[in-house]
Amino acid sequence: MAEIVSLTAAIEAAVHDGDTVAMEGFTHLIPHAAGHEVIRQRLRELTLVRMTPDVIYDQLIGAGCARKLVFSWGGNPGVGSLHRFRDAVEHSWPAPLELEEHSHAGMANRYVAGASGLPFAVLRGYSGTGLVAQTPSIAEISCPFTGETLTAVAALTPDVAVIHAQQADRAGNVQYWGITGVQKEAVLAARRSVVTVEEIVDVLEPRPGAVVLPAWALGYVAAVPGGAHPSYALGYSARDNDFYVAWDAISRDRETFAAWLEQYVYGQQTSGQQTSGRGTGN
Amino acid sequence: MSEARSGAASYSADEIMTVTAARSLRDRMTCFVGIGLPSEAANLARATHAPNLVLIYESGTIGAKPGSLPLSIGDGILALTADAVVSVPEIFNYWLQPGRIDVGFLGAAQIDKYGNINTTAIGKDYAAPKVRLPGAGGAPEIAASCREVIVVVRQNLRAFVDQVDFVTSVGFGDGPGCRQRLGLTGAGPQKIITDLGVLEPDPRNQEFVLTAVYPGVPVSRVKDRTGWDLRVSASLAEIPPPAAAELSALRALLAAGPADQGADR
Repeated sequence: MAEIVSLTAAIEAAVHDGDTVAMEGFTHLIPHAAGHEVIRQRLRELTLVRMTPDVIYDQLIGAGCARKLVFSWGGNPGVGSLHRFRDAVEHSWPAPLELEEHSHAGMANRYVAGASGLPFAVLRGYSGTGLVAQTPSIAEISCPFTGETLTAVAALTPDVAVIHAQQADRAGNVQYWGITGVQKEAVLAARRSVVTVEEIVDVLEPRPGAVVLPAWALGYVAAVPGGAHPSYALGYSARDNDFYVAWDAISRDRETFAAWLEQYVYGQQTSGQQTSGRGTGN
Repeated sequence: MSEARSGAASYSADEIMTVTAARSLRDRMTCFVGIGLPSEAANLARATHAPNLVLIYESGTIGAKPGSLPLSIGDGILALTADAVVSVPEIFNYWLQPGRIDVGFLGAAQIDKYGNINTTAIGKDYAAPKVRLPGAGGAPEIAASCREVIVVVRQNLRAFVDQVDFVTSVGFGDGPGCRQRLGLTGAGPQKIITDLGVLEPDPRNQEFVLTAVYPGVPVSRVKDRTGWDLRVSASLAEIPPPAAAELSALRALLAAGPADQGADR
């Protein structure tokens, strides 16, 4: 049953050293404020799971929170490389980063299997790609009805899923709309969950295409207005494309990144309006 | 970016590449669009000769109609203008996998003579890459399941290699019969559109050969920028330069859209 708490309390209760953590949000509704709180609480040895470990995981990796990354596309969308991710893979800085690499379809289906309580999911995919040899959670499977060769991917069952949504009501039911991504599957696949929301309202008004997650299926809910920045929350904020572009220069250099982290993450309080990272660090 | 000159209009190599890619899309097609050059070309097609082109982005936006170029595959404008917005599992499982989509539009960091694409890592050792690239994203299944695939990539020796360091997305694998053996349902890559011209697979051996060049581009330049012994079609064509209307539509799109950072190309 959802408990409405502060972001600090939610992360303290739900995320521990060594956990497998899935922060989802497909370009839209990325839980950046929660990611910053994980950095501030100096959590370590995390296995970070995310389809698109964009700027949010570049920050967590650079801050030294991650031991392993499970992912399908690690770039800064529309801009270029993730420099902290690349520095970790290419030069083991600040620590070596183990990779478990999939395609988007594979990751999405792994969450579906986890949410469904199944050990694996089946798809047409991966055959002929180099991913099969590199990734132990991909295996060939034969259809028991037709004999066709298909691909199985192991279920993802994170210790905790972290997402951002537009609204919760006072009972802790959560609603989000727009690009809904893979968050429902991630939350239902995980043992624990943290949801940050733009606002807590008396009544969740029906919205076209919305996903509603009932309070009894959730762990912790925290009000963090602006908590998706530099990503966005449809109806509340616009994607800060300038920040994604600026991140390229901030993250390219270890010192510039460290200074940014000091100023906009360690130097910020968690409660109230989320403003960290709005500057370019220059 | 070199400026070419033909007739009245002056245009860049990138501009004629994007215009050529846009021309390859027909009205009312369904098109699964990657970000970057493919998205520019698909949006140009929709702004010119293919107003009913159905743009599908992997964020789950089906029938998106952005007025300017999105920076990412998940910009709000895509959701706000889409006919339908579906979850990520749904876009891959229900829409892409069964072969409902006509054409997949992909970019590449490396591509080989069989149209296999690498977007994973440069260097032969996966565990210790020279350059770590973003990875697969939606591309492997787009390459497998769209009815056909068009690749848009700038032509140089870094990108056009005899063998890709890592097969992220399968073209024709190691040649004839490979896609069938692998169970890939789509027809595979039918065109590689570059900043010099167009390559298409030879139906006899599925090796990509040069079938068209842009005005003023010598074949020797294309060969010099290809890492395999590029063969040239006996019926090599010259692609007509961009029309004034195509150029102005492209420039309007780019002027209205976010800056082209180019770093992930």
